[in-house]
Amino acid sequence: MKVRVDRDCCEGHGRCYAIAPALFEPDEIGESREIGDGAVPSDQENRARLAVANCPEQAITIEES
Amino acid sequence: MGDHQPVTDWTTDFDPTDDVWAADPYPIWEELRESCPIAHTDRYGGAWLPTRFDDVAAISYDTERFTSRNVIMSEFRPPVQFAPEGIAPPITSDPPYHQDARRMLLPIFSPQAINRLEPATRAYCEELVDAVRGHDVVDAAEQYAQHIPVRVIAEMLGLPESDADIFRGFVNHVIEGVALPLEQRAEGMVELFQYLLAHIEDHVANPRDDLITFLLESELHGEKLEPFDVARTIALLLIAGIDTTWSAIGAALWHLAGTPADRERLVAEPQLLPTAMEELLRAYAPVTMARLVKEDMEWNGCPMKVNDWVLLPFPSANRDPDAFDRPDDVIIDRQVNRHATFGLGIHRCLGSHLARMELRVALEVWLEAFPTFDLADPAAVRWSAGQVRGPRTLPIRVIDRRHTS
Ligand code: HEM
Ligand code: SF4
Repeated sequence: MKVRVDRDCCEGHGRCYAIAPALFEPDEIGESREIGDGAVPSDQENRARLAVANCPEQAITIEES
Repeated sequence: MGDHQPVTDWTTDFDPTDDVWAADPYPIWEELRESCPIAHTDRYGGAWLPTRFDDVAAISYDTERFTSRNVIMSEFRPPVQFAPEGIAPPITSDPPYHQDARRMLLPIFSPQAINRLEPATRAYCEELVDAVRGHDVVDAAEQYAQHIPVRVIAEMLGLPESDADIFRGFVNHVIEGVALPLEQRAEGMVELFQYLLAHIEDHVANPRDDLITFLLESELHGEKLEPFDVARTIALLLIAGIDTTWSAIGAALWHLAGTPADRERLVAEPQLLPTAMEELLRAYAPVTMARLVKEDMEWNGCPMKVNDWVLLPFPSANRDPDAFDRPDDVIIDRQVNRHATFGLGIHRCLGSHLARMELRVALEVWLEAFPTFDLADPAAVRWSAGQVRGPRTLPIRVIDRRHTS
């Protein structure tokens, strides 16, 4: 599983990096990017789904592999 | 408030300053979402009220057809010449100007920058709690919640904390004084600007490590900001940051005072606070914004006219059963919570990281000091009217841990 932040949609609400700090981090203006290549360790899959479900801008997508 | 006629029909004559709306707007919105999802009023020269999540979201995203030239509904419509900056950038700005004005401020309000303010915020909250220890009844709105955002923002900006009453007076004038005559509203603004400009001049002469100096040294489109530009940015931060956060802290304490099960659970499981806080923000979202219609058009079947107001009641969107399960229940461990309390799209609250930090610290300190409390007199609780809603009188009976243990 991988997560990806659509940087055009992200407005920096910060819900994702609060819920899943191992998967997302804020840049210097509070907008989010996935950490590394966005790969989700299996123990973080639930958090990845929660981040998607709580992003007000629906800016996060999950690619299942 | 003011001399407005009481509302008798919410579908054709709504008014957010009405006493019934102030006391409890949720039943009004629920009824409207079902029977008339975009209500209208002739007041304020014509205004619309969408109450469903999808409509509130669509209008927030549609900066082509709705302008932010003014976001507080009153009899005053700033002239078109004010666009695209508006009176208080970036909240009153439209694209493309908006992005640059916002970009300049974003780093100061980033999560990393806000984290650094947490220890000082905690110390303020502890001071406030210490000041009321030993009292049986504390007004949690007046003696606690109201002071936190004022002190934090004063410190950030570099304005004397001892002027807190002055800022609060201005803010109240702008947000709650929408029914005042135009001249009186203008006078309040002139006073605010005179006060701010005096402090700005002082910062020009004596630069320091604070936000006023930062703004004075900032550039927008290759030019240094003028003192007047700095003043209007500060005015915005005072207006946008104080009543809003005060309301959110107050509403959260009001809920916990009236819901012993939730209060006990949070005391027992403090790690649940971040999740619970999002739910309290959803259920009692304090802020409704406004837009102006840019040109005559039909929107979702409504004949909107140029310069009609459109309210964006984020608190109603957050209670829409099409967007949230059991929307009227406060579920403090709610996992899926895509609430719109801080707005949607390009105007996402610039202060949201600050507001969340203040709310979390305020609740942590309060719960630590007073794990047991309830509403001393539910009938005495008074909520503000208008577009920022929160408790303004909130008598809470506290049982001090130190006195009982
Ligand atoms: C719980 C507290 C708060 C709530 C609920 C809240 C809510 C909002 C909302 C809904 C918007 C969107 C405006 C729109 O779409 O027109 C907004 C914008 C804004 N807020 Fe907040 N706010 C809060 C606290 C703060 C604080 C503490 C500050 C700063 C000190 C702040 C500064 C701003 C600014 C500058 C904007 C304009 C952003 C832009 O237009 O790009 N807010 N706020
Ligand atoms: S929750 Fe969504 S909008 Fe907010 S920072 Fe994360 S990706 Fe961006």
